[in-house]
Amino acid sequence: MEHTDLLFLWGSNPRETHPIMFHHMLRGMRNGARLVVVDPRRTPTAQLAHLHLPIRVGGDIALANAIARVIFEEGLEHREFIAHATEGLDAYREAITTYTPEFAERVTGIEADTIRRVARMYAAAPRAIICWTLGITEHHNATDGVYALCNLANVTGHVGRYGSGLDPLRGQNNVQGGGDMGAIPNRLPGGADVEDAGQRAPFEAAWGAALPPRSGRHQSLMFEGMERGEIRAAYIIGENPLMSEANLHRSRELLDGLDFVVLQDVALNQTAEIADVVLPSALSWCECDGTVTNSERRVQLMRKAVDPPGEARDDIAILQDLAGRMGHKWDYTGAEDVWNEVRRLSARHRGMSYARLAETGGLQWPCPDPGHPGSKFLHERLWRRPIEGPRAPLMPVQWEPPVEQPDDAYPFLLTTGRRLEFYNTGTQSRGYAAPRPQTEYLCIWPADARRLGIEAGDLARIRSRRGSLLVPVRLDDTLAPGLCFMTLHHPDTMPTNVLTIDAWDPKSGTAEFKATAVAIERVAARGSWREELVGQEEMSRAD
Amino acid sequence: MSIGIEVDGRALEADEGMTILQALRRAGMDAPTLCYHPNLTPVNVCRACVVEVEGSRALVPSCSRRVEPGMRIRTDTGRVRRARKVVLELLASSVDTSTAPELAAHVAAYQGDPARFGSDAVRVDEPLRDDNDLYVRDYAKCILCYKCVEACGEDAQYTFALAVAGRGFAARIETGADAPLLESRCVFCGNCVAVCPTGALMPLIEHRMRQAGEWDPSRQHVAETICPYCGVGCALELHVQDNRIVKVTSPADHDVTRGHLCVKGRFGFTYVHPDPPSR
Repeated sequence: MEHTDLLFLWGSNPRETHPIMFHHMLRGMRNGARLVVVDPRRTPTAQLAHLHLPIRVGGDIALANAIARVIFEEGLEHREFIAHATEGLDAYREAITTYTPEFAERVTGIEADTIRRVARMYAAAPRAIICWTLGITEHHNATDGVYALCNLANVTGHVGRYGSGLDPLRGQNNVQGGGDMGAIPNRLPGGADVEDAGQRAPFEAAWGAALPPRSGRHQSLMFEGMERGEIRAAYIIGENPLMSEANLHRSRELLDGLDFVVLQDVALNQTAEIADVVLPSALSWCECDGTVTNSERRVQLMRKAVDPPGEARDDIAILQDLAGRMGHKWDYTGAEDVWNEVRRLSARHRGMSYARLAETGGLQWPCPDPGHPGSKFLHERLWRRPIEGPRAPLMPVQWEPPVEQPDDAYPFLLTTGRRLEFYNTGTQSRGYAAPRPQTEYLCIWPADARRLGIEAGDLARIRSRRGSLLVPVRLDDTLAPGLCFMTLHHPDTMPTNVLTIDAWDPKSGTAEFKATAVAIERVAARGSWREELVGQEEMSRAD
Repeated sequence: MSIGIEVDGRALEADEGMTILQALRRAGMDAPTLCYHPNLTPVNVCRACVVEVEGSRALVPSCSRRVEPGMRIRTDTGRVRRARKVVLELLASSVDTSTAPELAAHVAAYQGDPARFGSDAVRVDEPLRDDNDLYVRDYAKCILCYKCVEACGEDAQYTFALAVAGRGFAARIETGADAPLLESRCVFCGNCVAVCPTGALMPLIEHRMRQAGEWDPSRQHVAETICPYCGVGCALELHVQDNRIVKVTSPADHDVTRGHLCVKGRFGFTYVHPDPPSR
């Protein structure tokens, strides 16, 4: 981040959501990097950008494909890298032919000439990094959006080199580590493929058990399974799905309809209300030892600082006891013992002992042996001659608009996100004296508010095809006409996901939290409504 | 590139681009510092780190002056000692040093006597600004080292909530028309608090505990861990007293944070100890 020439942030607002990562970007800018931000909102990050592209929600693939088309049209592609390290060029070029900058302008609202300018900036930069966050991945075609960005890096050779690459900024301190440890449906620890018998075998040998030979379900498929009656029970660890899943009425109905729900969490969140059993967990970051892996694949040690309260216990101890009751004698002596098993089974983690992690402040995988310094970046193999491993595929992807578009009945588009001071459904952040009030509000474009007869502080009703809520209004000139914004941070008083659409990406399972068609109407003038009304909902199933 | 310098008659190797202070510290020598911070641009205001450089009429601040080939430096002459001593005495005489152990130690090391200017010596007379729930500003303790301004501005945050206003003895750190922090541009990262060398900026929890006589570093230990918010992986130092987290900092030499945190990382820990308990 600090040694690059172009920082291209796509659907990402790190100044609020990853503030310390943004410090590194700012240092990069002090060293001369340009900052380009693609975001429908003029976020605090976009306000510091050299160039802000206020894209229409969900136009990302059209923009990326148009940038690629300009790059080829003007001969700015990295021909040598494409020939050496990629495959699928013809199909890809065919797929992007219709994405003229003028077409992309109609889709994205960004001027064709600006698209040309950005294409030249990105292709000409000696080093360039694309970062993305949930602005790409919270869409029904999220994976295609990620492919579209990877394509840009592959056709310009901005990958596999120091100061050039692709970086999904992770939203939680162990999103990366959770996936690395196999907490995704198709992988085992270290990235082994569940469906490959050869890769499964060492795990089966180590654990003395046969493993299911097929990928499991991601969360959206689990909910679909509940709908079909295939899933009758849920064991939920460290999550608040009642409040964090899109289309809250549906998730409530499905979770409520289960025969048995166990929640293992650090606090009584809203999901606890429908759980049959709650197992109190100790906080992983200060009441137990363990590791997490950050956005740069850096495995880091967490150390116990305080004793957990009451009956709260380390997740490892809870799971081990549970395994015991099920007839499996697990005898891990603690987090380090579990970690050493990871090191035995995952080559990329093998060189990372607790002692080394403590000494270095964290190591980036792959780190295959105790003398290995860790790896700052991936995919350098693509530049080796001859290339090591498979070529990088160029993935032809087509733009599709979000599932819900504003129409006469629901004329506004609601997009959700985070605010600096708060975090997700608030299990952690609701407990501190945050500098902003611990309440939710609806941000709308000032001219839209005027047309609706709404002033700042008024109470409004916001309605989608799935539900409605009463919410105080703020006027926000960082938005765009027709665009409004809310967060999920305060579900105690504002269950925002009552509104959101549960259309999800078939590859990743992530729902389209970024685009919900809504209607807004004024309910009461500022000062004339009672606080108890806020967040109240009425069932609304207009369609 | 390595270059040769001479310090107190001793030949030293230094790297080109290094400051005199860095060269001294690498050689196991030192100079007292107050406004210097390894992750902030030197502003040369406290003058505690001055040294003599041959050929230079005035004493030079070692924290910002870069080494030059053949530079001859003296760190322990009467002139250097006298200058440092007076600087430290003047600073210590004008502010409340009760939460500035670093400054007090420097004064003692130079046998300074801040009281020698008499009881009518001018002191910074500012009321405690206790205007939000996260940190207090007690400018009666402020030595105007500028570190908070640098951390809030171009050296870390680019928030620019703080600036130095006024001139001479009236100079002070300001939010703009002395606005309460909640009405300023402040985003409450507390990175100013982290770099403050005198306790003029202090987390509210620590301030309240000190007021109540409950703050006791001898009963505290520090545990190193990783922030539970977002995926950046900021290193945290949890300061624990009586099984409660009382303060959060980050190591200045950590690659990820350089000692900086955001509002959630620095202040968002109180849910660990709900009051009344709800866990």
